Amino acid sequence: MSVILLLIPLSVVLAAGFLWAFFWAVRSGQYEDTTTPSLRILTDDGSNPPVTQPISTNEKQQ
Amino acid sequence: MDVTANLSSVVSAAAPLAARTTRASCFHCGTACAETVWTKADRAFCCQGCQTVYELLAENGLGQFYEWGEVAGRRVEALADENKFRFLDEPAVRARLVDFDDGKTTRVTLQLPAIHCVACVWLLENLFRLKPGIGQSRVNFARQEAVVTFDPQRISLSGVAALLDSIGYEPNLKLADLDGKRANPVSRRLWLQLGVAGFVFGNTMLFSLPGYFGLDSLSGPAFRTLVGWLSLGLSVPVVAYSAADFFRTSWLSVRQRRLTIEVPIAIGIAVIFLQSAGEVISDRGEGYFDSLAGLTFFLLCGRIFQQKTYDRLAFDRDYKSFFPLSVLRRQADREERVSLGQIGIGDRLVIRHGELVPADARVLGGEALIDYSFVTGESEPVVKAAGELLYAGGRQMGGALEVVTVKPVSQSYLTSLWNQDAFRKEKDDTFNTLTNRYSQQFTWIILGIALAAAAFWSVVEPARALRSFTGVLIVACPCALALAAPFTLGAALRTLARRHIFVRNTDTLEALARIDTVVFDKTGTLTAAQAGEVAFVGPELSPGEGALIAAVARQSTHPLARRLAAGWERNAAAAATLTEFREIPGQGVQAQVNGTPVALGSCRWLASLGVVLPPLETATGSTVAVAIGGVFRGAFTLSSALRPETARLLQRLAERYEIALLSGDHERDRARFQALFGPRAHLQFNQSPLNKLGFIRDLQAAGRTVMMVGDGLNDAGALRQSEVGVAVVENIGAFSPASDVIMDATLVPRTAELLRFARQTTRVVRLSFLISSLYNVVGLAIAASGRLSPVVCAILMPVSSVTVVAFAVLVTGWLGRRAGLEVSIAAHSTPKEGEPA
Repeated sequence: MSVILLLIPLSVVLAAGFLWAFFWAVRSGQYEDTTTPSLRILTDDGSNPPVTQPISTNEKQQ
Repeated sequence: MDVTANLSSVVSAAAPLAARTTRASCFHCGTACAETVWTKADRAFCCQGCQTVYELLAENGLGQFYEWGEVAGRRVEALADENKFRFLDEPAVRARLVDFDDGKTTRVTLQLPAIHCVACVWLLENLFRLKPGIGQSRVNFARQEAVVTFDPQRISLSGVAALLDSIGYEPNLKLADLDGKRANPVSRRLWLQLGVAGFVFGNTMLFSLPGYFGLDSLSGPAFRTLVGWLSLGLSVPVVAYSAADFFRTSWLSVRQRRLTIEVPIAIGIAVIFLQSAGEVISDRGEGYFDSLAGLTFFLLCGRIFQQKTYDRLAFDRDYKSFFPLSVLRRQADREERVSLGQIGIGDRLVIRHGELVPADARVLGGEALIDYSFVTGESEPVVKAAGELLYAGGRQMGGALEVVTVKPVSQSYLTSLWNQDAFRKEKDDTFNTLTNRYSQQFTWIILGIALAAAAFWSVVEPARALRSFTGVLIVACPCALALAAPFTLGAALRTLARRHIFVRNTDTLEALARIDTVVFDKTGTLTAAQAGEVAFVGPELSPGEGALIAAVARQSTHPLARRLAAGWERNAAAAATLTEFREIPGQGVQAQVNGTPVALGSCRWLASLGVVLPPLETATGSTVAVAIGGVFRGAFTLSSALRPETARLLQRLAERYEIALLSGDHERDRARFQALFGPRAHLQFNQSPLNKLGFIRDLQAAGRTVMMVGDGLNDAGALRQSEVGVAVVENIGAFSPASDVIMDATLVPRTAELLRFARQTTRVVRLSFLISSLYNVVGLAIAASGRLSPVVCAILMPVSSVTVVAFAVLVTGWLGRRAGLEVSIAAHSTPKEGEPA
C-alpha cells in the first residue's frame, strides 16, 4: 500500500493542472459573459472567422 | 430559401398577400409601413433608413441577417449623419473612451442599447465585412455592449460609431462614460479565490476520507504524516488568499467597533487553521483542513451568487448619465459637434427636436417648447420666447432652436442641484441588516460559551480546556448564518428581476420590509402621460372631419397634437394636401387641408382667430378646441390617465401604510386624488425638487421609514433621501435617476404586493437563522464537551449550509410564484387612445 504515498502527491499535481486551467479560463475572460456564447453558436457558420489583426487581411478599398 | 414569404408569414400569418397589398410591413424592422412605401428588390421598407441598411447588408453578403426567423432590424429613420460623431475624434474624448490604442490597433467598448436578438450578435460580430479597417468585434449580449477592434489609420472612432449608427445600433454615449470604466460584474479575483478554495476542498476531503472510515491504519503512520502536511500546505493559500477578504472586512468592522458577521467567520477560520496546524505539527491528529476549505468554498459561493445578482443594472446614476456627450455648436456660420465639456459661456448651440438643453442658456431664435418633466415633473411643455432663460435638463419638443449659454455645464441649475449634499447622500447603513444585528448578539454569546467551556474544563480536566475552547469557536463559525440572508434575499432579487423590478441589493429588500410610509409622485408614476383618455366633446365627428384633424395634428410636434394624431391615425390614409400650415407655439396649429381651413388649439387662441366659442366646461386635463371652416366644431379633452388598478393599490396600501402624494403639477387634480388617497393622506402640489426632499426629511424626522416612488430627476433628491427610493421607468435600461429600486412602470399597481413579498422574504431569513441556530446548538453541545472530532465537523458544516441554502431558495421561489407580482395582460397593455365620443 505504500504506493499510495506516491499516488497522492501525483493526484495533487494532476489536480493542480486543472486549477491552472481554471485560472487560465478566468483570466481569459470566459466567466465574464455566459449569455452571448450560447447565442453565437446558433449563427456560427464557420465560413468566415473574423480577422483578429485589423490590418492584415482586409484589402484597402479606398 | 424564400425569405420574403418566410418573413411575411411571421408578421401576418393569416393573410400574407393581403397584408402586403394594403399595408406592407417593413422588411427590415417589421414596422407597418405608412402610405409611402420604399421598395427595393420587391421588398417593402417603412423608411429610407431601413432600406439603406438592407442595401448595405445585402451588398456585403450579410443578407443572412434576415434569416434568423425574427424581425431582427431596428427602425432607422434618419440617414446617418457624417458629423454626428465627429466629437469622438477629439483627443481628450477619444483617450477616455478607448480601452486600448497602440497606433495600429484600437479597441473600444461601446454600449449599444439596440442589441436584442441572435441576429444582432451575428451582424455586429461580422461588422468587419462592412467597412475595411474594422477587425474583430465581440458582443456581450447581457450588457448590450460590443467590443470593436479597428485600425485607426483606416477608420476613425467617429467612423466606427457612425457605421454602427447607420445600421441601427446607435452607441449610447453619455457624459458619465468619460469618468472611467465600469468595473467587471463579478471580479476575476473572486472567481480565482473560489477556484483555489474548491481545489483545496476537494483534495483535503479525499485525504481525510480514509481517516474518517478508519482505513488510514492500512497505510501506516507515514500516510498520516504525508496527508497532514500536504493538507496544511494546501490550506495556506485558502487562508491567505481565498479567505483574505473576510479577514480584511472583519478587521475594518472591529476597528469601527462593530461586530459584523465577518468577525465570527474570521475568528472561526483563524482558529480552525491554527488548531489544525498545531495538531499536524505536533503530530497529534489530522486537523480540520477539509472543513476549513469547505467553509471558505461555501462562503465564496454565497458571495458570487450575491454579486451576480447585483450586476444587472446601474443604480448610481447622476446627471452625467442623463446628458449626452456632445452638442451642436454654431460658430461663424459653421456647425460642429463638440463634446459637452468644451462648451463655455457665450457659445451658440443648436438644440434639435428631442435634444436636451445641456447648460442654462438664453433663447436666441426658433420655437422653444421645453419639456421640463425630468426636472420639475410638470407634464406639459412650456413655451419660451426669444431672450428667455432655459434651464439645463429641459428637452426641446419643438423644432430646431438656437440658444446662447449663460453658464458652463458644471454650474447649471440641474448640476448644482445634484451637487447639493442632500442629493449626494451616500447610503451607508449596511450595518443595520438582519444578519449583522443577529451577529452582534451571536458573537458575544459564542465567545461567552467558549470561555465558559474552557473555564469549566480547566478546573475539571485541564487537558480538554483548549480543545473545548477552539471546538466551540470552530463549530460556531456561522457559515450557514452568513449564507442564509444572501441566498434568501438573492433568490428574492432574482425573482423580482425576472418581473422587471430591479432591487439594488439585499439590504434594500430588508429596508422594504421595514417601510411604514409610502410617498408617490404623481406624473409618470401614478399617472401615465401617454395612456391618457382622448375624448371629444361636441357633435360626433365624421370620418372626413377626423381625417382633416389628423392631417393637421400630425404636422405638429406638440405632445397634445401627437396624441390627437395617434388617436386618429386610421383616418389618415386619405391623401391630404396641406397648405398655409402655421404653428404658434403654445397656442395651436392651423392649415388649409384640401382647401378647408382647420385650426386646433387653445380656446383663447381660437377666439383670437375670430371663431365664436360657446362656454366650455373645463374638465380636468388639457383641452384642445377644434374649428373647421372657421366654425367651432367641438373640443378634445386629454387627461393624463391613472394607471389601471391605482384605486385598488392605494386602498391596499392604506390598510398598512401611511400614504402621501407629491406632485410638481398644479392643484387642478387635488379633489380627485384626495378621494383616491383617503381623507388622512397628505397631498402636496407645486413641489420643487427641494420641496420634495424636504417633505421626505420631515417625515423621517417624525420617525417614519419612508419609501418614495417616483420618476424623473425632479424626484431624485427625494429618492435618495428616502429609506427606499423606487424609480419608475417606462423602458427598463433607459435613464433613471439614482435609486434603490428600478421598477417597470406597468408594475406600479403591484407596489403593495412588492412590499408584502419583501416582508415575507425577511421572515424566511429569520427562519433560516433559526435552522442554522439549531445546528449550532447540536454542534456546540458536542464541542463544549471537548469531543469535537474532525469527522463530526466535516459533516455538520456542509450539511447545515446546504439545508439552510436549500430551504431559503426553495421557499423564496415558492413565495415568488405566489406573490401576485404579474400584471394581467389586460392591465399590462397600455390602454388605447379613447374613442372620440
